[in-house]
Amino acid sequence: MTVPDRTSPAIDVRGLTRAFGGRRAVDGVAFTLRGGECLALFGPNGAGKTTLLRMLAGLLRPTSGTARIGGVAVPGGPAVRAAVGLISHASLLYGALTALENVELAAKLYGVREPRAAALRALEAMRVRDRAATPVRALSRGLQQRVSIARAMVHEPSVVLLDEPFTGLDAAGAAALTSALVALRSSGAALVLVTHNLDEGLSLATHVAIMTAGRFVRFEERGALDAPAYAAAYRELVARGA
Amino acid sequence: MNDSTLHSHAPPIAAPHAGTRGGGPDWLFVAAALAVAGTLVRAIWFTPIEAIQGPAQKIFYVHAPSAWVAFLAFGIVALTSILYLWLKDWRLDCVAESSAEVGVVFTTVVLISGPLWGKPIWGTWWTWDARLTLTLFLWFIYMGYLVLRGAIEDRAMRARYSAVLGILGALLIPFIHLSVYLFRTLHPMPIVLKPSAPSLPGDMLTTLLLSFASFTLLYIALLRARYRLATERDELEAEDRT
Amino acid sequence: MAPSTLTAALLIARKDLAIEFRTRTAFFSAVVFALLAIVIFYFAWDPTAVAAVDLAPGVLWVIFTFSGLLGLHRSFGVEMADRAIDGLLGAPIAREAIYLGKALANLVFVAAVQVIAIPAIVLFYNMPLAGRAALAVAAIALLAAIGLTAVGTLFSAMAVNTRLAELLLPMLSLPFFVPIIMPAAQATARLLSGRPVSEAASWLKILIAFDLVFVVACMLAFPHTIEE
Repeated sequence: MTVPDRTSPAIDVRGLTRAFGGRRAVDGVAFTLRGGECLALFGPNGAGKTTLLRMLAGLLRPTSGTARIGGVAVPGGPAVRAAVGLISHASLLYGALTALENVELAAKLYGVREPRAAALRALEAMRVRDRAATPVRALSRGLQQRVSIARAMVHEPSVVLLDEPFTGLDAAGAAALTSALVALRSSGAALVLVTHNLDEGLSLATHVAIMTAGRFVRFEERGALDAPAYAAAYRELVARGA
Repeated sequence: MNDSTLHSHAPPIAAPHAGTRGGGPDWLFVAAALAVAGTLVRAIWFTPIEAIQGPAQKIFYVHAPSAWVAFLAFGIVALTSILYLWLKDWRLDCVAESSAEVGVVFTTVVLISGPLWGKPIWGTWWTWDARLTLTLFLWFIYMGYLVLRGAIEDRAMRARYSAVLGILGALLIPFIHLSVYLFRTLHPMPIVLKPSAPSLPGDMLTTLLLSFASFTLLYIALLRARYRLATERDELEAEDRT
Repeated sequence: MAPSTLTAALLIARKDLAIEFRTRTAFFSAVVFALLAIVIFYFAWDPTAVAAVDLAPGVLWVIFTFSGLLGLHRSFGVEMADRAIDGLLGAPIAREAIYLGKALANLVFVAAVQVIAIPAIVLFYNMPLAGRAALAVAAIALLAAIGLTAVGTLFSAMAVNTRLAELLLPMLSLPFFVPIIMPAAQATARLLSGRPVSEAASWLKILIAFDLVFVVACMLAFPHTIEE
């Protein structure tokens, strides 16, 4: 099976491990996420969060264990890549091209119908449509981030991986991103949101996890979790240098 | 850390050959050195002097087997490179690295012994003869290979990139050979592998065959010693990281 | 529906050429470099001993190679700046499409530099290039450019990730350009001195075989240089 389907869990991770040399950046991570759910992933720098996302996005081959997107193991073929949208630390944009050209190129590479209209809609959703004709390198860091998010969403992915997406966004940008993520969730997409900011993470999440030294040290449903108590527990875990 | 779960992507953390480390002389190397020394003694004192070329012809017993070993070494690089891209086993990369280094040493011997021989025979140190030129380009290609290895920090990337170069280098050799051959050639034609009976007198032929055998043994001994160094370095790097 | 390999390659090539057209820095520096080299080569020889026309085929192909290298270097630099390559790798397209697209853009770049450099050499060195010979040189130039970009695109993808980026690309690629420069220069020299095309045939065969082997080999090798 190479095409993701909607009956399998959106993300199914088992014993996922990635070693760089002898060091294990991700070490036996396991979790399952269904469509419409959102995992907020917290952890200090170097905990392995970005490595985990890069494996889920199919950019990095696991050393051992499996990650499945809609039932298909990654890195898989084009069909599973088409299901994923990645918002990374770097913008993944070409500085010399305009915002519209960047997003439209992504739309075409993903085979989106009417790529220009889709690109304009994505820019509109991130409230940067008025800058569509501006070369990306002339935009501020925050506006670049919005274009980068529009780029990742233009093909309406069913799994969205976000690595610190709120970094550099002002209040308007953060609000645009939050409403875009809420819309994605209610349309049945699964989200993995890596962040340092507990409040932002907890407000969107259905599940929460804390990652240190390559492992999930806590993983639970957001449910009735007491935010201040969780924040205190998180600070204690990080302070212990785990 | 539990080593048994480590996939072959990771360098061996537990030494698979702990018994071979340290203490005691490398007997294979001692045997190879003795064999080469014996062959040279035979070549210098117990093999008749070639009538036309005079004593200079004796360099042949170093030049020809070194050229053979260089080709063998680069053949091993190509073979292990293909296998590495397929199996992703670190040990194959270590063999490729070791074989390339030993091959460059023997290529250097060819490049030095060739002019030493050529000066009295052809009357000039350097001729742009087809096979000598090919050897020079071999030296360039595999020096490039070694520089490339030195310029990459990441262990896995180094292995992949050098495997790609190891394969392309082997593909390039026939093209360079053909080009320089068409360009000009005045190298003596192969004397041993003619379809008719070998034209070399019996004593000289025996010495030549002995030199091929002893140089091949020396190659194997050097390759083994260099390979151990490579795997031990990997282990040390792995220990550093954990 | 994700685009086919060819469609995706064309999209990527057009993107690269659009970026190059906006900035134009690499193109102009390659052209100026080629013109400078043409002039300097002329003064490096004694015109009373060696006629310019005898020199021309060699100069042509050496300059061709070095100015080509200048453009190749920038090819993957563009992708690495903001990790745009991750955007391409994440898209539902074949890895070969990325290689083909980059190589195609590089081919157009190299060809565009040559369109200026070759007539300049013909002019400065009084090459008797007209009619069939001009057509033949153009054909050789195209064959040479294909081989050069096939190998150069792959090595550019590798060199950009190393510590010696600028130095490593020529060091790795130049030995690979020997079976391009040598046949191209020899064939050109024979055509220019009015010999029949059949005399250049074995050189042209090497060139064509090189293109075929290395376009396929580099395309197969490329995924290994970008995937972790």
